[in-house]
Amino acid sequence: MWPSQEFNRFGFDPFADFRRVQRGLNRAFSDFATRSAQGFPPINLWMGENSILVEAELPGLNGDDVDITVNQNVLTLRGERKPVGPEDGQQGSQQLDGVWHRRERTYGRFSRAIQLPFRVDPEKVQARFNHGILQIELVQAETDRPRKISVNAE
Amino acid sequence: MENEMPHTELQTTGNPLPASGDGERTSTREVFIPPTDIYETSDNIVLLAEMPGVAPDSVDITLERRVLTIRGRAVKQEHANFRQIHREFGDGDYERVFVLSEDIDRDRIEAKYKNGVLHLVLPKAEIAKERKIELKAN
Repeated sequence: MWPSQEFNRFGFDPFADFRRVQRGLNRAFSDFATRSAQGFPPINLWMGENSILVEAELPGLNGDDVDITVNQNVLTLRGERKPVGPEDGQQGSQQLDGVWHRRERTYGRFSRAIQLPFRVDPEKVQARFNHGILQIELVQAETDRPRKISVNAE
Repeated sequence: MENEMPHTELQTTGNPLPASGDGERTSTREVFIPPTDIYETSDNIVLLAEMPGVAPDSVDITLERRVLTIRGRAVKQEHANFRQIHREFGDGDYERVFVLSEDIDRDRIEAKYKNGVLHLVLPKAEIAKERKIELKAN
């Protein structure tokens, strides 16, 4: 019935898990087709009058874990999601006897560049974490804003 | 059969469970499955679930017999004077139900919530541990 005794012992059915993943509705994965075309972290963009708000889903991270850089109109997010688990010594002396039942969170380095619709003022970037969601507000550079040109009458 | 399964999910779709006592949920907001890591040591079952956007006081954990339910209510994504122009993650709540194969010592459960990640340490009940030792007979 099972591919090996190991699965039986822990009641882990790899195929059931696979089906569940396909069926499951996940915040970031709800549309697999678009997901494959996008990077990590998933982002939402909000447009204001003279600024843009970038939101990135980065659960488990804090401000020290993410590098935010701005160059002209490109915002880059870089960092690493470190694994947590029995083999990482989180449980002290029990670190070797742990066994995984589920491992759905993803780990590793990430880097994502986001092209913004305008050049931003690097002095006016504000970023904060809000329960695992990074929010960055970027203000349009003064020199990049539309300017009204008055025509001199003769 | 169920007793052999450490963690069987009862509810795996994105649909909300029937309204419970705290039933404040009125709209048709989406309900997401939080991606979860679960590992087991000799003493504990440890669970980590990602619920970005949920404030600590909006996390709700219940353990009824062996049914563990995790819920998180996220703040609606809204920003005054901003309109959304691009969307890769949705707006909604989180919910997931697990059936545990071990009895848990309720008095020693530890729950932490930080940076959008729930960290639950469920210590196995002494009775459950003793039962395992009995297997050495013969």
